[in-house]
Amino acid sequence: MPKRTDIKKILIIGSGPIIIGQACEFDYSGTQACKALREEGFEVVLINSNPATIMTDPEIANATYIEPITPEVLEKIIAKERPDALLPTLGGQTALNTAMKAAEMGILEKYNVRMIGANTTVIRKAEDRKYFKEAMLKIGLDLPRSALAYNMPEAMEALKQIGLPLIIRPSFTMGGTGGGIAQTEEEFEKICQLGLRNSMINEILVEESIYGWKEYELEVMRDSKDNVVIICSIENFDPMGIHTGDSITVAPAQTLTDQEYQKMRDAALAIIREIGVETGGSNIQFAVNPKDGRMIVVEMNPRVSRSSALASKATGFPIAKFAAKLAVGFTLDEIQNDITKETPASFEPTVDYCVVKIPRFTFEKFPEAQDILGISMKSVGETMAIGRTFKEALQKGLRGLEIGHIGFDNKNDFREIEQEKLLHRLKEPNASRIFYIKYAFQKGMSSEEICKLTDIDPWFIDNLKQIVELEEEIKNQGKDIFHIDAGLLRKAKEYGFGDEQLAKLLNTDEVTVRNQRKKLGIIVTYKLVDTCGAEFEAYTPYYYSTYEQEDETRISNKKKIMILGGGPNRIGQGIEFDYCCCHASFALKELGFETIMVNSNPETVSTDYDTSDKLYFEPLTFEDVMNIVDREKPDGIIVQFGGQTPLNLARKLKNAGAPIIGTSVESIDRAEDRDKFSQLIKELGINQPPNGSATSRDQAIAIAKEIGYPILVRPSYVLGGRAMRIVYNEKDLTKFMIEEAEAIDISSEKPILIDKFLEDAVEVDVDALSDGHTTIIGGIMEHIEEAGVHSGDSACVLPPHTLSDKILDIIRHNTKLLSKKLEVKGLLNIQFAIKNSIVYVLEVNPRASRTAPFVSKATGIPLAKIAAKIMAGKTLDQLGIKDEKKIKHVAVKESVLPFSRFSGVDIILGPEMKSTGEVMGIDKTFGIAFYKSQLAAGSVLPTKGKIFISVKANDKKSIVAVGKKLVNLGFEIIATKGTYNVLNSNNIQATVIDKISDKISDNNVLDLIRQGQIKLIINTPTGHKSQSDMKSIRNAAVMHGISCITTIQGAQAAVNGIEAILEKDFSVTSIQEFIKNSG
Amino acid sequence: MNEINSAHKSIKAKIVLEDGRIFQGYSFGATGTTFGEVVFNTSMSGYQEILTDPSYKGQIVTMTYPLIGNYGVNKQDVESSKPFVEALIVKECSRIASNWRSNDTLASYLKNNNIIGIEGVDTRAITRHIRLKGALKAVISTEDLDDKSLLEKVTVSSGLLGIDLVKEVTCAKAYAWNNQGKYHVVVLDCGVKLNILRSLALNNCKVTVVPAQTSAEDILKFKPDGLMLSNGPGDPEPVTYVIETVSKLLGKLPIFGICLGQQMIGLALGGKTYKLKFGHHGGNQPVKDLKTGKIDITVQNHGFCVDIDSLNKNDIEITHMNLNDKTLEGIKHKKLSVFSVQFHPEACPGPHDSAYLFTNFVEMIKNHKK
Repeated sequence: MPKRTDIKKILIIGSGPIIIGQACEFDYSGTQACKALREEGFEVVLINSNPATIMTDPEIANATYIEPITPEVLEKIIAKERPDALLPTLGGQTALNTAMKAAEMGILEKYNVRMIGANTTVIRKAEDRKYFKEAMLKIGLDLPRSALAYNMPEAMEALKQIGLPLIIRPSFTMGGTGGGIAQTEEEFEKICQLGLRNSMINEILVEESIYGWKEYELEVMRDSKDNVVIICSIENFDPMGIHTGDSITVAPAQTLTDQEYQKMRDAALAIIREIGVETGGSNIQFAVNPKDGRMIVVEMNPRVSRSSALASKATGFPIAKFAAKLAVGFTLDEIQNDITKETPASFEPTVDYCVVKIPRFTFEKFPEAQDILGISMKSVGETMAIGRTFKEALQKGLRGLEIGHIGFDNKNDFREIEQEKLLHRLKEPNASRIFYIKYAFQKGMSSEEICKLTDIDPWFIDNLKQIVELEEEIKNQGKDIFHIDAGLLRKAKEYGFGDEQLAKLLNTDEVTVRNQRKKLGIIVTYKLVDTCGAEFEAYTPYYYSTYEQEDETRISNKKKIMILGGGPNRIGQGIEFDYCCCHASFALKELGFETIMVNSNPETVSTDYDTSDKLYFEPLTFEDVMNIVDREKPDGIIVQFGGQTPLNLARKLKNAGAPIIGTSVESIDRAEDRDKFSQLIKELGINQPPNGSATSRDQAIAIAKEIGYPILVRPSYVLGGRAMRIVYNEKDLTKFMIEEAEAIDISSEKPILIDKFLEDAVEVDVDALSDGHTTIIGGIMEHIEEAGVHSGDSACVLPPHTLSDKILDIIRHNTKLLSKKLEVKGLLNIQFAIKNSIVYVLEVNPRASRTAPFVSKATGIPLAKIAAKIMAGKTLDQLGIKDEKKIKHVAVKESVLPFSRFSGVDIILGPEMKSTGEVMGIDKTFGIAFYKSQLAAGSVLPTKGKIFISVKANDKKSIVAVGKKLVNLGFEIIATKGTYNVLNSNNIQATVIDKISDKISDNNVLDLIRQGQIKLIINTPTGHKSQSDMKSIRNAAVMHGISCITTIQGAQAAVNGIEAILEKDFSVTSIQEFIKNSG
Repeated sequence: MNEINSAHKSIKAKIVLEDGRIFQGYSFGATGTTFGEVVFNTSMSGYQEILTDPSYKGQIVTMTYPLIGNYGVNKQDVESSKPFVEALIVKECSRIASNWRSNDTLASYLKNNNIIGIEGVDTRAITRHIRLKGALKAVISTEDLDDKSLLEKVTVSSGLLGIDLVKEVTCAKAYAWNNQGKYHVVVLDCGVKLNILRSLALNNCKVTVVPAQTSAEDILKFKPDGLMLSNGPGDPEPVTYVIETVSKLLGKLPIFGICLGQQMIGLALGGKTYKLKFGHHGGNQPVKDLKTGKIDITVQNHGFCVDIDSLNKNDIEITHMNLNDKTLEGIKHKKLSVFSVQFHPEACPGPHDSAYLFTNFVEMIKNHKK
């Protein structure tokens, strides 16, 4: 069936901010879909609140709304744009849920908008546990024994019927929020309560635990002619019981016989048909009992998912792109396989390599949370690696993860691990379990014992054992790198051992290993990812490295530039940097260069095979990058767009002769090295908070004494404020040095940085462009929260709304001075703090910043693209960039935090970044823009009701104005004693309330929060140490989804927003309109 | 090119192709020297079914998926009484077997069945070579590692063209597969896969298997309701006795041909067959039913094919086409109760999408009886 002609304009919903469970894979799928639909002549309208996405670039859709993703906003857009159809299956759970709500509210019917891909019946049947169960039983498939509960008595009845252990799954949530496994009755009650609250429809499924079974996923596609194909099978290394997003996963399935696999395939076909997904992709999860092969259907997602992004990258089959084409009427046989060109998409990809995905965790950012894994997803990113064997792919993946491991290595000495701890870490799933498997082998444990403790399949365990055995062989052969048997060295490379890893085993350095193995002719080969196992010729240059006989790279004579990506997402380094890398590629293509992308993150747009001319899916390490440099001999390498990852490689790459372009490695050093930087600041006569750097505890204490507390301490060369603290006294400084600094081995190369902390200062972020001579400001952003809150967690506004022109001019002047001195070629980000009208420089980053995409969206100036062209030799003048862009609207960036995922973690903001994503609110005034940003971040500012206020002593003065306004706006204020006294003495009406610790009463804040009486909480924590009952108030707010503002500046902005929205409801405006109006 | 190989695998092995290309690896099955045509199979699972498929007689199979043997071998997943491939080439053979049904490792199974297995080979390089050059004769040895000597040996080896391999794989005498079933089907065994027999039995057929050399008269003596022409190895043209049998039986009873069976029907109906460059061997081949437009993902295993242009379109309807290379996948006689497919509806290994063809065959038998 060819293209549908009854629709012309299609609305696509994006997935909003990056959160745990919903990351940039939906930018990848959404971007593919938009491009595919426009290619077919459809008009595309897009809503997505996330400015850091490629899909919200003005040229991707016809009309792009960076607006909050709520049904109400959707209605405004539909009323304005009048699309014919809504495609809800490409923006994750957010899009699906929003579309469902809009349908239930009658919005779609009212404006005659059809859902394509999947309709409400289909979505309900797949997502609602009850309907899904009925459907599965109808087609004769096996399910765990289970019962639905809508309240606690029903849950308790289910417990009685089925028996422990039990799994609790809330309906209509994403990433398994609020679910869990209960071993005891107590745990059961707790998880059920949380689950009932988290479910959009207060529904939970209580089911038989199939913990420890083998877990599989199939990616399925169906077209309007009922043709169904399986794109990829995935086997989880970690057994059932660990969220698939937190599991190491392997493609294709490894331990299923064809009989078992075909049975699963038959089931998948029957499921997609029975659920009725009309067109597009679905993800279906299965569990298999390793003892008897009993197969159970776990769940189905009737949309593209994280796994479909992985499957697309793992096979080369672009699921989202084809899903979009199928949604508008094409059938699989009418779509051409891009890679082979001659064969159709109506086939099942076959791979001739092994793909391993490893999740990336950031438990170190949430010390109060345990790194225990369960069915609620905790990881913030992932890396994928491709190899000819599982062993090779796994080791490549581990070194690409950037968590301090250089393969399947030893971070700890196995002899120092107590047996009891070892057994515990093997049994209880946790973020570093795979390394404990290694320690277990080293301590002499057998494969059988390890399998029994971990429930991991023996095949995987045996492969790990083979790596350990080969490592032992290398350690025990007694020869150095110059005398080692070449065959053994080659085998080690085939097993995925990195040069650095081998250097450690052979007591030498990485470069020596590299040179010696090259001398021996042990050279990497590149193979193609081609969907077909080499059966047909592949035209798409999508490569991975391995150690084989034959190399397939096709090297052109064109001028080429290589772009290094950011690797796995983590807090502090995410989609913003991928956005910049993609833009660099687009820009350089425009200039006629061949672009080569190197990255290892399967979620991203940068690892789409048609983003760059060539894609190398490789870890971002010196070895893996240099191997590509050796082969491709690029004319330039860009390291300043992928975040700290490529920047950390810059020096080593340069020393090895790699042609790094843009700001020089020396300048990067000057900006990052504290001493050199202070020197430079002094030379320029710019202010900087008093500071120093220390390589020991004593030195740190001495410096602190000299500059005076409070101080800001942090390790150098980190991103996202990792281990950054505000320290108020010597005792805490000592603690920091012992716990954090010494844990990451400080040295003269990587000292601890100490700055005087400027209390109550306003922080400002500047993004600028420079070609080495001219510097032009991209955007100046004023932070909402005070200095001391990490810039990545702080909300900010562009243009600044409280700073004087004089201050702004000083900022501009300093930016230009610094840029010139550092000879910046490309992007530059500077953080300033303003206190008592004095402008201080906090730090200078001669690289793409996290805010670059936000500024680009707010101003319409593509900063990263321009910067890439500068690096390739253009000047700002040649590119027609003459002045700083002045905009007539206001854009607010707000961060989105993952606190609801980590129970027990306090939600206060500090110098260590904790947010996973961001949203943008954009409108004519600050008030509305701020309101939109809050709504987009998931916290609805109330327009009436009770507001609880409790602020620290320093904020008592400022709270008066806030309180007054709130009362005038008709709110009822409830306050703790101290705050109440201040308000009361200023004639502001408020009710006093007990804190929890005061006494047992039925009138404390927690009760009011639980009862849903409080609509907003303003609670600024005292100094560096929060009071415990305030922490429980904040936690309760998170659990009940009540907005909780923890800074006085945030409160002031919120009042602004509330005031604005009470005056007039907001309207929606597309990015294209903003750009047009700004001239 | 790199001459260094991974160390420490006890027995080295070499593969020499007739055009002189050499691959090295290590033995993991039986030792010795063997000849055959090298083909690649793109199925990611189902190696045990592939090993035991009689159609692979005369061929050395390279698995494109690199990790083979992971789930071992078991008693059930066999397609005949023993492995028929001449040798198996893989990237890495698992040293353990991980599956609840497995009773042996792949390596030990090959050793016990005297089949050479080679691992540590750049199987993708072999595949690309065959894709470019076409299927090639090859020699594999674990005892003679001299390139020149091996090349001489492979040059004089026989190859597949013009050779009748059916006689080497067919059963010695007729036997009953099962005793129950409403419809009596005789299966002419040219190297039949057991799942064809199982599928017929599942469709209420009483199945009698007869040797490929059985004459038309002898077949009719069984008073069958239908005739199944099985899959089988090698070049169809030299199998003249089967072609003759089929010619005699056309119109006498409903006939269903699979793979070599289709080629027998095509030749019996006056068509021609030709050798494909490197054949179809894998479980992901898209086949379109030209009448319904529906696409089946099919498993295929053939090096020869019926030439579409050679068929008399007045009598024969083209029912199925391969969407990858537009080769013939299925035909139906316009007047007689005869149909056939080039792919394998019995799967094993591979998708079950076209299992309904067995039901169609039974329907044809029913209608013929009326």
